[in-house]
Amino acid sequence: MKSITEQLLSIISDWKGIPDKSAYNIREDSGCAGRQSTANIEIISKIDRPGIDIRVKAGTKGETVYIPACITHSNVDDLVYNDFYIGEDADVTVVAGCGVHVEGEEESKHNGVHRFYLEKNSRVVYLEKHVGTGEGNGNRAINPVTWATLGEGSYMEMDTSQLGGVDTTVRDTKATLLKDAKLVVKEKLMTDGSDTAESKFEVTLAGDGSGVQLTSRSVAKGKSEQTFRSRIIGNAVCTGHSECDAIIMDEGVVHAIPELTARSVDAALIHEAAIGKIAGEQLTKLMTLGLSEKEAEQKIIEGFLK
Amino acid sequence: MLELKNITFSAENGVQDTKDILNGVSLTAEDGKFIVITGPNGGGKSTLAKIIAGIEQPTGGSILFNGTDITNLSITERARMGVAFAFQQPVRFKGLTVSDLVSLAAGHPLERGELCEHLTEVGLCARDYIDRDVNASLSGGEIKRIEIAMAMVRKAPLTIFDEPEAGIDLWSFNHLIEVFQKLRRETHGSIVIISHQERILDIADEIIVLAQGRIAAQGTKEEVLPTLLATGSSCAFCTGHDKAPEN
Repeated sequence: MKSITEQLLSIISDWKGIPDKSAYNIREDSGCAGRQSTANIEIISKIDRPGIDIRVKAGTKGETVYIPACITHSNVDDLVYNDFYIGEDADVTVVAGCGVHVEGEEESKHNGVHRFYLEKNSRVVYLEKHVGTGEGNGNRAINPVTWATLGEGSYMEMDTSQLGGVDTTVRDTKATLLKDAKLVVKEKLMTDGSDTAESKFEVTLAGDGSGVQLTSRSVAKGKSEQTFRSRIIGNAVCTGHSECDAIIMDEGVVHAIPELTARSVDAALIHEAAIGKIAGEQLTKLMTLGLSEKEAEQKIIEGFLK
Repeated sequence: MLELKNITFSAENGVQDTKDILNGVSLTAEDGKFIVITGPNGGGKSTLAKIIAGIEQPTGGSILFNGTDITNLSITERARMGVAFAFQQPVRFKGLTVSDLVSLAAGHPLERGELCEHLTEVGLCARDYIDRDVNASLSGGEIKRIEIAMAMVRKAPLTIFDEPEAGIDLWSFNHLIEVFQKLRRETHGSIVIISHQERILDIADEIIVLAQGRIAAQGTKEEVLPTLLATGSSCAFCTGHDKAPEN
């Protein structure tokens, strides 16, 4: 494994060396830099396309599987398909994430397509951090696609963050929830310079008792531009809530485009969006505690994206 | 020691007009003294407090803190010199917890035990609050007490409280009197409180009545309180046509 990969892993997945007892697959510059399966979590290569299948046995409890992807130089165009099959009553954590390091003038990009199939009463916590590093002028692009089918009574929590260095991103998340399934998405996004970021969510609440909570918090600095699109479709007795909360600074631009579709009189769907600058009174308060204006601004952003 | 010399402040009142909020206010708050500024609404009390903290800049006059002219210093510079300020209407933050803010006020991370101690002092059941965001989920009274805790933990040579009693329940309010006295004992610094409350006026070393932007009365509580209490209104010190109508 390259040292840059290790550095990226420490940022995106709190990597502290090869885990003894966890399943993992480290993707490095479109290849495999290490893999391990466990008795309950099997990782196997796909035959027809780049990527892996991750199969979690029914009833597996408390295990974590790491599947980060790293790009360590310019001129890499990585595309991977990872499919997750989560057995009944399993309860696992998936640590994904991607780091793109560019020193040259040419673009590098990672396109990761993750498909989740959650069986009855299973639970998944999905953690995904994205970061771009390196001094090169080449574009750093990360385009994650996540499609999930949540079976009866299942639960999925997605905690995603992109906190700097990624020049362009298009995040595409689609989910279909069956009876009593629940999806919680917490997205944190910070863009700067001329970065662009688009985040698209489409959630279909197909089963009675299903529910989704989408929360996006973002900061757009410099001349960066963000677009948040959320579409919740309620086809049953369900609850859906999406919330976009953004801070704009400098010449940043944020678009928030919600869409709610109810096909059942018992679908309770809500969207909230708020975009604005850091409140002057918040800066003033922290300055009365001895922080400079810059320090206050940093602290407010840290808290907002925490 | 804090010295205000001939402070004036004018605010825009329409396109081409200005309104005088403060007209030549001079006062001294010696170390270890408890100064209470009272007076009718709109008399300039909160503006004066903000001017001391650097949140507003005076139109004229000067401010000396321990002999140094701080008139043109920023909020941050004054805070670092030892000026603490508790807002009348505390600010809410998304994502910053009680622990974050009280630790920032202390200037270093506080252990949970220390945090509990400070929050209990202002009447909060501490463990329930430490990890809570200082956002809209807190009531006005809760956030006010957190604001007071932040000012207390700074242990500054000069602490200014702008109407600390606002939004505080009776039990907590009574306890606050002890908290202020403890702060004075521990810091030996000056405490300036903007207040209308008789209980707070009663512990003052000096009461200043600010009305129509001027000091209308100044003295010990024995000298000032009887007039205030006799009329039941600080408007006893208003003059001329600005005097509030009697019912």
